[in-house]
Amino acid sequence: MSARFIVSPAPHVQGHRTTSRIMFDVVLALVPALIFSVVVFGWDALAVTCVSVIGCVVFEWAIRRFVFRGKSTVGDFSAVVTGVLLAFNLPASVPLWMVLVGAFVAIGIAKMTFGGLGKNPFNPALVARVFLLVAYPVQMTTFPHPTGELVDVFSGATPLVAVKHGLVDAASLDFQDVLFGFIPGSLGEVSALLLLAGGVFLLWRRVISWHIPVSILGTMGVFTYCVGGWEFALFHLMAGGAILGAVYMATDYATSPMTRAGKVIYGVGIGALAVTIRLWGGYPEGMSFAILLMNAVTPLIDTYIKPRRFGVNRWARRFWK
Amino acid sequence: MRTFPRGGIHPSDNKLSRGTVIERLPLPEVVYVPLSQHLGAPAEAVVKKGDVVRTGQLIARASCFVSANVHAPISGVVESVDLRLNGQGKYQEMIVIRHLGFSGASSAMPNLSEEGGTLSTSRPPSRVVATKSAPRNSPNEVTEEWADGIDTSPELVRECTLTPEEILKKIEMAGLIGMGGAGFPTHVKLTIPPGKHVTLLLINGSECEPFLTCDHRVMLERGEELLIGVTLLMRVLGVDEARVGIENNKADAIAHLQALTREHEAYRGVRIVPLKVRYPQGGEKQLVAALTGRRTPPPPGLPVDVGCVVCNVSTAVAVYEAVQKGKPLVERVVTVSGRGLTQPKNLMVRVGTPVSVLLAAAGGLPSDQGSDGRVKVLNGGPMMGKAMSYMEAPVVKSMSGLTVMEGPSARRRQQGECIKCARCVGVCPMGLEPYLLMKLSRAGMWDRLEQEWMINCIECGCCQFGCPASIPLLDFIRLGKQEVRRRNKI
Repeated sequence: MSARFIVSPAPHVQGHRTTSRIMFDVVLALVPALIFSVVVFGWDALAVTCVSVIGCVVFEWAIRRFVFRGKSTVGDFSAVVTGVLLAFNLPASVPLWMVLVGAFVAIGIAKMTFGGLGKNPFNPALVARVFLLVAYPVQMTTFPHPTGELVDVFSGATPLVAVKHGLVDAASLDFQDVLFGFIPGSLGEVSALLLLAGGVFLLWRRVISWHIPVSILGTMGVFTYCVGGWEFALFHLMAGGAILGAVYMATDYATSPMTRAGKVIYGVGIGALAVTIRLWGGYPEGMSFAILLMNAVTPLIDTYIKPRRFGVNRWARRFWK
Repeated sequence: MRTFPRGGIHPSDNKLSRGTVIERLPLPEVVYVPLSQHLGAPAEAVVKKGDVVRTGQLIARASCFVSANVHAPISGVVESVDLRLNGQGKYQEMIVIRHLGFSGASSAMPNLSEEGGTLSTSRPPSRVVATKSAPRNSPNEVTEEWADGIDTSPELVRECTLTPEEILKKIEMAGLIGMGGAGFPTHVKLTIPPGKHVTLLLINGSECEPFLTCDHRVMLERGEELLIGVTLLMRVLGVDEARVGIENNKADAIAHLQALTREHEAYRGVRIVPLKVRYPQGGEKQLVAALTGRRTPPPPGLPVDVGCVVCNVSTAVAVYEAVQKGKPLVERVVTVSGRGLTQPKNLMVRVGTPVSVLLAAAGGLPSDQGSDGRVKVLNGGPMMGKAMSYMEAPVVKSMSGLTVMEGPSARRRQQGECIKCARCVGVCPMGLEPYLLMKLSRAGMWDRLEQEWMINCIECGCCQFGCPASIPLLDFIRLGKQEVRRRNKI
């Protein structure tokens, strides 16, 4: 028998899911919302996204190549996801050099300094967004107003800002505009409906589980309902980065807890922090800060919240030790 | 539909041989019978070189309580008792018996005398089997003589007047072990330790491993024998209820057995329970949970601690044969399947038959047919099977299948970075965190590993199956388990 046999320990089969397929699914889920923001904000939106994605990919490649001196990891699409998510957190009118700075902060500082994919404690896109927000507050809070015409844009206040500063009453806003996204804002925070559709796609593909989005949005809804009734609650769920954050940013694998119970705790924490910042903090938008704060708590959650061990009495061990 | 409470995966079941009737393989020329086919101490040989044995005759006796008798699978001459390679490439003590046609002895004898020792040892072993077994294929040449007291007639014997102790003795004498894979001696399992009380007998017909269909075929073709075996086991244990768990991708087997239990008064206490298709349903603890909702405590906890005893369907059929027919465990059904084989089959083979004979019967390895790809041959299914390196290794009592994998599926994927997707945590049926266990065992933090219930791992491989980065989680977990066990013993 001339055959030479392959020998390896079990299991000998592998599921069809791969890292790059998961990341690609996230990109796919974001495409409808991206197309919509190009329609609303014009070609600027596409330019911002392209610069952000290319920037992230190039920084990742360069750092792997010249600093780590290792194999390229661009093929896993994770840099593309970071790039798209970063773009979704920026206004379409932001200068393109600033996008590049953001891409460098996201990949170079927030991701690669910790060792790359899966090792970063904070969500790279959010670190970059918060950095840009603090470093360039003017450009980052000037939002083009969608007029339907692709070229004619002017600065406007996002609904959250308007409500926060008492410019308008939450109840007087046209919910259809907020829902469908004909409002000023960052690229990705405008169309609640398409973002939700992408979220449903991710749930269907089992890229994410329901625990984090549902606990975040649920907490925010209950909290704001207690403060200002159901219209106020609905407004807070659809405006700003609530859905983008809950579905795409907070569910980032590396920075969220591993167990289901841990995910719910994490989600409730984000929801509560986000509403607190929105209502009583200095910023109109609190999602990014809330998620980053809970990212910091994630290792603690993973240390203490354990899955229910099969056949183990939950209390038995405490009495032994 | 019932199933176990948490975790689990759905590998594509690939039951290529589900519709293939069990085929009896011609008797092999030579058998290699290992003395240790079971968990526990190896048996002690009671024959020596040159002895003539008849089929079913005791050739090795259980050396202590947790051990099992071994019987001659064919009639012939004991050629040697020495160390030989097993499928995993380890040396094991085996009894070699060369077939000796009792009525037509001349056909077997010339081979021995003419070729002599030098010629047959200088040839590669596979060639010897191939050339010699080819002319033997005609059934009239296959002759054998069974040991006294063995009933080889096909009639069904329903009545049994033996006491539980007598039945247990017969099971022990026949050298029965668990035929699902682990190979735990059946009489040990049926001897309930003092202070424990058994209320239920569970029969494992879930066969959740991809590719394997031997239990499925046994349930379909030997349903009555199975049910009689189950009632015998119930009598040994003194329980009046038994549940047979079958995954519902085997609807024909479920329907067949349900019809049988309705027809006959004697099988009243046996309930056929359809289970949802999910791996690792056939794991003992998962099956107990699926059928009763009871959760077996971590090792050293056993199903008996929650009042259950679990047996495989093939074991139940072997119980029937041992008790009603006096036939020891010398043959079993082995599924030979896989994408690398042209004719996947369910073969009834004698213990000790070289694996190469089974592979040849199923169409041969792809490498024999011209393709130059390397293949992987598994003892068992692809989830828990062990890769084999030596194809002259024998079939053992606990071997349920041979799976041949070829091409890219035979190789491991390139390993990536852990992205902490938590899929391993979600699919672990034991509620463990495989990613953490891997990290800890890599770092050698054995005390932490114990705290994280490493010992509870059943090595089902769900974590590694689901890992999108193809990280060999289970390799590290096994390493950690071994180390934790070693340290606990000292």
